Amino acid sequence: MSYSVSKKEKNNFLKRFFPSNNLGDFIFERLTWLFALSVFLLVILMGYEMYEGSKISMQKFGFDFLVNSEWDPVQEIYGALPIIYGTIVSSLLALIIALPFSIGVAVYLAEVAPPWLEKPLSFLVELLAGIPSVIYGLWGIFVLVPWIRTDVEPYLSDKLGFLPFFRGAPYGFGLLAAVLILTIMVLPIITSITRDVLKSVPRSQREAALALGATKWQSTIIVLKDAKSGILGATMLGFGRAIGETMAVTMVIGNRALISPSLFDPSYTMASVIANEFTEATSEMYLSALIQLALVLFVITIFVNALARLLVWSMDRKWKTT
Amino acid sequence: MEIKISVKNLEAFYGKNKVLHNISIDIPKNKVLAIIGPSGCGKSTFIRCLNRMHEVVGGSIKGEILLDGEDLTKTDPVLLRKRVGMVFQKPNPFPSMSIFDNVAAGLKLNGVRNKKLITPIVEKCLKQSALWDEVKDQLDKSGANISGGQQQRLCIARTLAVDPEVILMDEPASALDPISTTKIEDLIFQLKKDYTIVIVTHNMQQAARVSDYTAFFYMGEIIEFDETNKIFISPSNKQTEDYVRGRFG
Repeated sequence: MSYSVSKKEKNNFLKRFFPSNNLGDFIFERLTWLFALSVFLLVILMGYEMYEGSKISMQKFGFDFLVNSEWDPVQEIYGALPIIYGTIVSSLLALIIALPFSIGVAVYLAEVAPPWLEKPLSFLVELLAGIPSVIYGLWGIFVLVPWIRTDVEPYLSDKLGFLPFFRGAPYGFGLLAAVLILTIMVLPIITSITRDVLKSVPRSQREAALALGATKWQSTIIVLKDAKSGILGATMLGFGRAIGETMAVTMVIGNRALISPSLFDPSYTMASVIANEFTEATSEMYLSALIQLALVLFVITIFVNALARLLVWSMDRKWKTT
Repeated sequence: MEIKISVKNLEAFYGKNKVLHNISIDIPKNKVLAIIGPSGCGKSTFIRCLNRMHEVVGGSIKGEILLDGEDLTKTDPVLLRKRVGMVFQKPNPFPSMSIFDNVAAGLKLNGVRNKKLITPIVEKCLKQSALWDEVKDQLDKSGANISGGQQQRLCIARTLAVDPEVILMDEPASALDPISTTKIEDLIFQLKKDYTIVIVTHNMQQAARVSDYTAFFYMGEIIEFDETNKIFISPSNKQTEDYVRGRFG
């Protein structure tokens, strides 16, 4: 039996590799798939590059890098504890201040505001989130910091100076300024996501509460309880934004690697260290330590954001299944 | 026949759009009134006027609705809704609450915190809604983790816990399977001893099975209101007849 490729078999052969009948669709599918994959690869690649770049510093300092509080480029000793401390504390405090405001605004937008007011207000909130951070920084330097120096810090040390958090010289530049500016920056993010999460709670939930004789306030509380996990997710997204924030923080935080209980003292964050010191990092070890810092920030950010997204998504899914 | 709710010249609007025209009807006490009619005829709007949920979605009303002789359009809607409960089309238990807490929700909203008081009420209401035997061992489970039919009976139990006088049901079985539907219908039959029930339904057999009186709505008006038997066997209006015979709608 001689073997010849019939037209039909040729088609089958093509079909195996091009499952869709339409070649254009096939290329389109695979091409977009490739693009999607490239995002994923990029993240892996970045992680890998940072890991490679920080090897020297990792080998020399090991775990000490995270717990040693001395950051001394002259002696080539790199301990990132004060920097990690400054990053976490500034972000956490900002979140603590921002959260009640954000939830308040989001509840107003989602539950109370009439539609004609809700639209423009929501738009404004999203607009705030889009302002370049250097502008916040500039505003911080020229408005916020002088105000903190002349009014806020003297007032706080006068009234609450018995607490260790409010002692020291009122420089203006310092942890407090960074916290306040981060608060303003995370507020629109947490607000707009919380608003979306609240809006994803179906109207039937509010009606169920109202029909039982709930007041508007009581039905809102029930909605907030339903939206708990989503609000937590929004908060964590805000946290992810805050710990990675570079420009505005660098401009007002004072830039000194220091662990101090006082909010008036200067501090440092991972992102600002990297931005500030990269240009001066002449030695290999210095560079490697900065890259390791970046790796730590990278891992924390990815972890926080992933968790946050999962929480927000789980919220959406919950309502689609019930 | 004792009258529970007397509706007089009710008009309902969405914005400027008039959806109910001059509705007048006397709803008898401790009976089941079924509201039937094609989609968009104003059935749901009508019962949502009775507990003033119509206003929640931005609607407005004109006219009088007398509940035991008192005009409910002039009372506090929050207080009113404790007397006039509602069961919705799609079961809507609170997913963040347990089965127990779902039933207790209305009591807690009213400031009842004493567990000794709440527990027997929850049990009574779950028994009344024929759900007790199915959930008594899993009262801590989330209210969203039971079947759709069970969820709807949970919603009925939740409504009963507030001890209303009137229960409004907006197509309570339309999202349920036939077995669950039967259970809900049996339940309605049980409940009318103690409550005045107004049920909106798309299903004419259901209306015929559960109700004592039936009102046929069309284009925002009441076309005919009478005893259920009369409406389904010898309606006096041509349109009603066409509708119950399945000629339109």
